Amino acid sequence: MYNKGTIIPGLIIFVLFVTFPIWFNGLTTAGDLPKPELPPGGEKQCVNTAEYMRANHMQLLNEWRDNVLRDGNREILEIDGKKYPKGLQTACMSCHSQKEKFCDSCHTYAAVEPYCWDCHLTPKETASKEAIH
Amino acid sequence: MKYAFSFLAVLALVLIAWLGSMIPGMQYLFGVAIPYLAILIFLGGFIYRVVQWAKSPVPFSIPTTCGQGKSLDFIKQDKLDCPTKTSEVVARMFLEIFAFRSLFRNTKSELHEGPKITYESSRWLWLAALLFHYSFLVIIIRHMRLFLNPVPQWLHFLDFLDAGAMLQVGAPLLYASDLAILAGVLFLFGRRLVNRNVRYISLANDYFPLFLIFAIASTGILMRYFLRTDIDIVNIKELLVGLVTFHPVINFKIGSIFYIHVFLVSALLIYFPFSKLMHMGGVFMSPTRNMANDSRAKRHINPWNDPSIKPHSYAGYEDEFREFMVDAGIPVEKELPPKKDEE
Repeated sequence: MYNKGTIIPGLIIFVLFVTFPIWFNGLTTAGDLPKPELPPGGEKQCVNTAEYMRANHMQLLNEWRDNVLRDGNREILEIDGKKYPKGLQTACMSCHSQKEKFCDSCHTYAAVEPYCWDCHLTPKETASKEAIH
Repeated sequence: MKYAFSFLAVLALVLIAWLGSMIPGMQYLFGVAIPYLAILIFLGGFIYRVVQWAKSPVPFSIPTTCGQGKSLDFIKQDKLDCPTKTSEVVARMFLEIFAFRSLFRNTKSELHEGPKITYESSRWLWLAALLFHYSFLVIIIRHMRLFLNPVPQWLHFLDFLDAGAMLQVGAPLLYASDLAILAGVLFLFGRRLVNRNVRYISLANDYFPLFLIFAIASTGILMRYFLRTDIDIVNIKELLVGLVTFHPVINFKIGSIFYIHVFLVSALLIYFPFSKLMHMGGVFMSPTRNMANDSRAKRHINPWNDPSIKPHSYAGYEDEFREFMVDAGIPVEKELPPKKDEE
């Protein structure tokens, strides 16, 4: 083998790049799985099934946002006799009231930073703002 | 037909993963066993190919010289295109690898009526290649968020830039790199179809990786935006973090599109070391780029040379055969010494 002095270090760097997630994770520590806390009120009913919501909640929220803000369609949804006004704060967070223990747990795990909170307030933030004014 | 064959091969891979992943128990094959096998073949094959190349001797000094070589002091040397020092070679290689400089200098020749031949610079290939390779790189780095727990801050930043470049379109956010890789791969494919010269020299193994990468990018996009049934990112990340920490588990049902995507990526990894995709390693190994044009200053020794064969100068040759040369009437530089018995 010729030029061992450059080729072997090159190959080592290549292997380190490819195996990056293995050694960066510390070899065998998988870290904690997120445990989103269910609604504190004990509510079991939602606008759709848990599987659907896990996979599609972001698209549902986007659709609601477009309905309400862009098309002015504020029609109140009625699902299994329960009424849901389309909205993150008005519908979702009336049950899932703790963003920090519910939304954030999976979002942090999956490194997702939804821009909901650029405009929306969590119930906790609303309470603190009301206390100031 | 060459592209039809490659297209059908990719389609067959999609079907294998789609149907296979629906058989109960086969999720471990497609989600764990094949990816592990693929990464092993990729690493092993890549190292094998590079070592094979490294074992091949370079008999001559063959850098491509594309500019003025080092000459007299008042003649300006083109240091990037005709490097003589290692530092200049490193600069040339750096620009080749990161900016595809040789593609930038691509020209197109056309025959017009007359007959008249014209040359003009043709940089679309360079642009599409940059778009394609860099978006692929960004996509690979971005995928690390699914393998790392906790996710480092710089990955958040990359995600932010990639999605931010598209001004927050849709949910989940649309990535600029997704569009760029599709645009790049479509151009590279279209070029092989439209350009007659390139079409003539294109083989099935030119089309296959293009189709495969197109299929990987489109299944990824479909999974992220459209076919979201049973695509729960937490379950997927649990499996992927499990893979890199050697404790893979599949606790939940994951949609077929995920297995198709992973199977196609595995196919790409397995195919990689045995194909033209090895230009990733080859670009570092090509003697026409990584040698300095210093053959007049430093003697390039051919590694094939038998060390027992010593250099034989003309003067030495004449010394050895002078008598025979004079006998045969061949002119010699140094005459024979005068014969003593004639005196």
